[in-house]
Order: sequence, then structure tokens, then C-alpha cells
Amino acid sequence: MSHHIVEFKDVYYTYPDGTEALKGVTFRIHHGESVGIVGANGTGKSTLILQMNGFLLPTAGTIRIGDLQLDKKTRSEIGKKVGVVFQNPDDQLFMPTVFDDVSFGPLNMGLTIERVIERVDEALRTAGCYELRDRPPHHLSLGQKRAVTIAAVISMQPDILAMDEPAASLDPKARRQLITLLKGFKHTKIITSHDLDLILDVCERCIVIANGKVKADGPAREILLNQQLLDENNLELPLSLQRR
Amino acid sequence: MLAFDKEYFNIGFLDTLSYKHSFVHSLDPRIKLLTTLAFILCVVSFPKYEVFQIIPFFFFPVFILSAGNIPLKFILKKLLVVSPFVLFVGVFNPVFDTEAIYSLNGFVISKGWVSLLSIMIRFILTVSAAFLLIATTSFMGLCLALERMKVPKVFVVQLLFLYRYLFVLAGETMRLIRAVNMRAFDRKNLSIKLFVSITGTLFMKTIERSERIYQAMCSRGFDGEIRLLKRYKINFTDTVFALATITVFIILRKYDITNMLGRALG
Amino acid sequence: MHMSDALLSPAVGSIFWAGSLGIITYCARKLKDHLNGSLVPLMGVIGAFIFAAQMINFTIPGTGSSGHLGGGMILAILLGHYAALITMASVLTVQCLFFADGGLLALGCNIWNLGVYPCFIVYPLIYRPLVRSGSSPKRIATASVLSALIGLQLGSFSVVLETLLSGRSELPFNTFILLMQPVHLAIGLVEGFVTAGVINFVKAARPEILESVLSARPLSADISIRKLLIILLVAAILTGGALSWFSSSNPDGLEWSIEKVFGKPELPEQENMIASALKAVQEKLMFLPDYDFPSNKIDNSSASDKDSSFVDPGTSVSGLVGSFMVLGIIFIFGFGIKVFKKSRG
Repeated sequence: MSHHIVEFKDVYYTYPDGTEALKGVTFRIHHGESVGIVGANGTGKSTLILQMNGFLLPTAGTIRIGDLQLDKKTRSEIGKKVGVVFQNPDDQLFMPTVFDDVSFGPLNMGLTIERVIERVDEALRTAGCYELRDRPPHHLSLGQKRAVTIAAVISMQPDILAMDEPAASLDPKARRQLITLLKGFKHTKIITSHDLDLILDVCERCIVIANGKVKADGPAREILLNQQLLDENNLELPLSLQRR
Repeated sequence: MLAFDKEYFNIGFLDTLSYKHSFVHSLDPRIKLLTTLAFILCVVSFPKYEVFQIIPFFFFPVFILSAGNIPLKFILKKLLVVSPFVLFVGVFNPVFDTEAIYSLNGFVISKGWVSLLSIMIRFILTVSAAFLLIATTSFMGLCLALERMKVPKVFVVQLLFLYRYLFVLAGETMRLIRAVNMRAFDRKNLSIKLFVSITGTLFMKTIERSERIYQAMCSRGFDGEIRLLKRYKINFTDTVFALATITVFIILRKYDITNMLGRALG
Repeated sequence: MHMSDALLSPAVGSIFWAGSLGIITYCARKLKDHLNGSLVPLMGVIGAFIFAAQMINFTIPGTGSSGHLGGGMILAILLGHYAALITMASVLTVQCLFFADGGLLALGCNIWNLGVYPCFIVYPLIYRPLVRSGSSPKRIATASVLSALIGLQLGSFSVVLETLLSGRSELPFNTFILLMQPVHLAIGLVEGFVTAGVINFVKAARPEILESVLSARPLSADISIRKLLIILLVAAILTGGALSWFSSSNPDGLEWSIEKVFGKPELPEQENMIASALKAVQEKLMFLPDYDFPSNKIDNSSASDKDSSFVDPGTSVSGLVGSFMVLGIIFIFGFGIKVFKKSRG
């Protein structure tokens, strides 16, 4: 079953201004896996996420999502398979009410109105924010906004969830709720984060990116215990492991 | 508190009011928009020396205010803030129009004063009607109303985005200004040079943000068309409300209730 | 300066509403043909940016007083006239609602004064011919100041015209012009400097941003002068029409607007019905014993007060007494609603 596979083969990406963000990234993520992507600031984690739903096309190399190879023709099809949650929820919640925002994707998919409403309500319940349905985003806390962005993405029923720094600036309780939520998802999950405890909690596998390349790839427990590897990449042992 | 902060929180307060629940809040936005427009047209259609006959029109803002649970103080404060231009223009009426119109126990009142009073009453009525409309109707509801009333989609979508990002950008601006003020000490306003560099910075951040928003929109299947779900339905209560208020407007516009009452008593 | 509902007659207000709505529709149609997806969020956030920037006060050099940005010119320069007009109109709409700058009826006038002039007259006729893609900051500054000056002069002149046409103010044309135009000369100068400052600041710091904005906007090619002339012609006809209509039929505006809004031929009969119904009620209640309902004097009663130089003292007394009564009733009415609501929950 090659359905929900994410495969990067020797992917390069250079921004129009000349910044080389990815310099030959290769990995393969299987159906149902949850993978953490870690690394210092500016190593290309966000670029990686932007390529997964076809917003950026690789300068060289190939990306396969399921049965499709990413190119200009397949990018919109791939966009439906991979749901991306970006760093700043304010950039992602662009409609004036939670309901309108979550329904944005389903409406674009051409579903009937009843189906759209059904999907929106279901997604809001899954993300634990149904009671926010009619509120405007600017009245929400950051944790609530994050939950709504997740609802907005899962309302499109993607096969794969990709998240860029989902726990950034959340308070401890909101962060804990997010972790519980993520653990509950059966989707293939790809999460970039500096929050190594979150990765340890949610992901079984971890990829370390350094300087646009894959530096290490393996079980999260092993990688996140490798003091030397972490030091080299401006990372630290997860707090939960430090205490021992 | 800084002037900017105050304005920011004022909009926020007005916006929060619009999400309350009350009879007025639950009316269809189209109905509220139409009755408010009819109200304003009736009020401004009075001849310029009319004062007494306009007064019964206070019933409409008073009704919306009390039935919609809107704090009177807030509306009064807002009225004070926006009056200068009207006052500036109106205050010349007593100067240029000195013909007597009323005499009350020896006091002679000139036409100019009456027309100034009339302008100020119109001002209070029309401005409070506009405030009460937004205080009792969510902005989203108004936009949907405009869409249903065939206002061009591009414009409606523009309003939606403006409203959504107004709070985000105003909040960002507020933090920038606070940062400047923290180091500019007691200078009250910014110099033009500082203003330019602040707005310039803000502008660049804004453009970058619009690119990120566009990414987010594309990743959710945006194809150039924004689709909005229709939600509101004009029901029996809405129809009754519209008919009743507009009938009252017509009656008040045609009959001088004030003078009738006055004569009955006087 | 924002036009205000209180100074407008329904006719002038409606005419400018129609004009502004017409231009918005025209721009919307133009944009639809050339819409680039990324322009949608771009216009939205730039609108919010202008809105936020307008809330910042800065010191005007040499005066000690404070001013704020208008934004019409910046928008036109950045977005081109079609997108800029829609954006400016949206900013003014939100302002009209959240700050009550002007009011709902005056919104049409304000879009016209602060949007149409900078976007459709000053930008294509003054700014575009002066500035090319490689122009120096100095040239941009000169063009911006000139454009903002002319834009604000047109806008304030328009405010004067609208006010005088409405006939609510007694200010003579000359005095009004003398009060408004010089003030707006100063405001225009500041607006111009600020506009130039922001454009040049962004150009110096991140030239590629300006480029990307310019590439996203539609129709960056030259606009046809013919179309522009048509728009100006329509504007002239609108204003001229308003003017002649007023000179012919005294700025009462009342009958006209009532008829327009509620439909005319049935009115008298309805009024008779209402009047007789009221009369019946009155007779029953004996509340207004000797008041004569003017059921057949309707036409003169409302139009006559304009020219009545003599009003008998009785009217003013009954007016005053009546006003207090009415206000009292309205107060009790409002208070009653509150009490009623409280008792219910």
C-alpha cells in the first residue's frame, strides 16, 4: 500500500533571492508514521513543509506523495492530500469567523452545503473547539487559534498532516492539550519543532536536519538521547530525559 | 494610556458588543441595515429649520439601545469625539442667518440658532444610528447582508479581509508604538520621520504577511473565488420589525406629533 | 475632512451614494477580469495597514498640532487605481461604522471625496505621467506631494459643494472656500511628504517588495485616456445634474426622497387612512381634544416651514412642551424595555 507515503529523493531548493535552503534531502515516511523534524534555526525545516503540499516546487530532485509525483500539474491534487498547519495562526485564520474559516477548504472542494456543515462540525469537535464555532478569530487565545487551524486543516480530510512549530508560544496547558490531540490522530504526521519533549511524546521517529541536509534519521528515543548529535545542532536533551 | 491604545480598545469594545445576544442582535442584518438607512433618510429629509418634529425620532436609537443592551455611556462618549467638523460648519449658521423665527416671552431666537440646533440633533441621531447598527450586528453579518444585496463580491471580500486583519495589524502597530514611546520618553506624538519609518516597517511586515496568507489560502484549495455560506433568513419577526419601524418613520415624518402633544397640553 | 450626515440633504447624499457605488461596481468588474489570486489577501491586509496607520498621530512640524495619514495616494501608487479605489472604499466603510466618521449616508460622499479623486483623477493624470519605474526618490517625492496637494484640494472643494448643495449650512460659498482650501493645502503638503516618505522608505529598504506588489496588481499598463474622460464626464453630469436640480426646485429634498424611498402614488390615501385612524383613536382617548389633523393640508404643511418667516409664538411654546413630552415618553419607553428584560431574566 503506497497510499500515504511521503518520499523525498535528493531534493534541492533555492529561493529566488539565492538562499540555498535544501541541499539534497532524502527520506521516506510510511503510512501512519509520526515523524518529528528537528534542527537549528534556518536549517530549512519550514521550506520542507512548504514543499509537502506543493506550495514550493523543488529546484532539483523528486517528491512523491502517495502515488503522485509533485509537479505543476499535481500540486493542487497533492494539496488536498497533505494538510499543512503553519507557524502563525493569524496568517492561517483569514476569515472573520471560525465557522467561515473552517468551511473555507470544504467549500473549495465543491461539496454540498450539508456536507460542508457536517464536515466543519465534525472537524471542530475533533479538534475540541466546537464551542468556538461562531466566534471571530481575534477574540481567541493563541491555544484556541491553534486548535482552530488544526480543525481547518482536518476538515479537508487530508491523508497526511504536516505542522510547522505547532506548540510555539503556547502556555503549558494548551501545549498539553495539543499533544493529547495530536496523539489521538491516526493520520501520518510530520511535525517540525524545537520542543523536543513534544516530539518525544508524539513521534516515534525523528529526522535531524542540518544545513539543508538530513543529518540523522531514526527512532525518536535514540536520536533525542544522543547528546553529541543534539549539541552539534543547537538542540538540548528533552527536559523529561534530563531529570534522569 | 496612549491615544492609539485607546482607539484600539474602543474598536475592540464596539466589536465585542456586536457579539452579544439580544432581540436586536438576532434580527437579520439586512433588515437592520435597511431600517437604519430609512431612519437616516427620514431624519435628514426634514427642512433645515425643523427641530421639534425630529425629536420623536429618538425613539429608534433608544429602542435599539435598550433592547440591544448597549451601554448609553459608550455611545455618548463616541458622539463627543466625532462632532468637531459638524460643529465647525454649523456654528456659522447663527452668524449668517440672523432673522428672527421664534419669540418666547421676549426672547428672540434667530433662524440660525434653530438650524444649528437642527443640525446637531440630526448629527446625534444619524451617528448614533450608525454606531448602534454596528454595535448590534456582527461585521460578518453586515458583509453577508451586503453580498445578498448584490454589492460587488470583490468589495465584500475586501471588507472581510480588512476586518479580519484590522485587529491583527492594529495590535502590531500598538506594540510598535509602545516600543517607540518607551524610548522616546514624554514626547506625545511621533515626528514625521519616525512615523514614516514605523509605517514603512509595518508596511513591509504587512506585505510579507499577505504572502503567508496567500500560501495558507492556496493550501486549502483557493482558486480565486471566495465562497461564503448563506446563513441568515428573513423570518416573521424580521418582517414585522421592518414594517413596524418603517411605518412609524413615515407617520413621524408626516405628522408633527410633538406639536400635537404640545398643543394638547398647552 | 469627512462629510457628515447631519449636513447632507437626502438628494445629495443619494446622488453621491449612487456615484460611488457605480464606480465600485465598475472597479470590481475590471478587477474580476484581471484578478490575480494573491491580490485578494494583498488588498485586504493593505487596507488594514492603512487603517492602522491612520490611527497613529504624528506631530506636524512647526505647528505643534497633530495629523494623521489619509492614505488614498499611497494606495493608488501601490495598488493601481482599480484595486486602490476598492480598498479605500472599504477603509472608509469600516471607519464610518467603527468611528462614525461621517455616517452612513455621507459614506457615498466620503468615498467620492477621498477615494475617487486620488485614485481616478490625480493618480492617472498627475502621478503616473511624472514617475517612471526608474525615477529617483526626489522625483517620487515631488510627484507625491503634488498629487496629495491636488487630491486634497479636490476633496475639500467637493465637501464645500456637497454642503452647499444640501442647503443645511448658511456658510456663503466664498467664506467656506476660504476656510477649507488653505487648511487642506497644509494637510495635503503633510500627506504628500508622508506618502513620499513611506514609498521611498520601502523602496530603499526592500525594493523587491515594491516590485512584487507592483507585479501582483492588475493592468499595470497605461490606462486609456478615453475611459478616464468618460468617467470624468459621468462625474460632471452627476454634479451638474445635482446642481441644476437644486437650482430649479429649492433644496427641500423632502418630498423627493420620501417618494423615492417609499413609492409615491399610494401615499396620500394611506395617509388619509392613518389620519382617520389616528383621529378615531384620538376621539376615543380624548387625549388631543382640539387638534385638527391636517389630512388635506399635508402638501403645504411639510414644505411650507422653509419659507415661513413668521411663526406664531404659540407654535414654539407647544413645540417646546411637546418636545419634553416626547422625550419623556421615549425615556420611559427605553426604561420600560430594560425593566421588562430584567424581569424576564
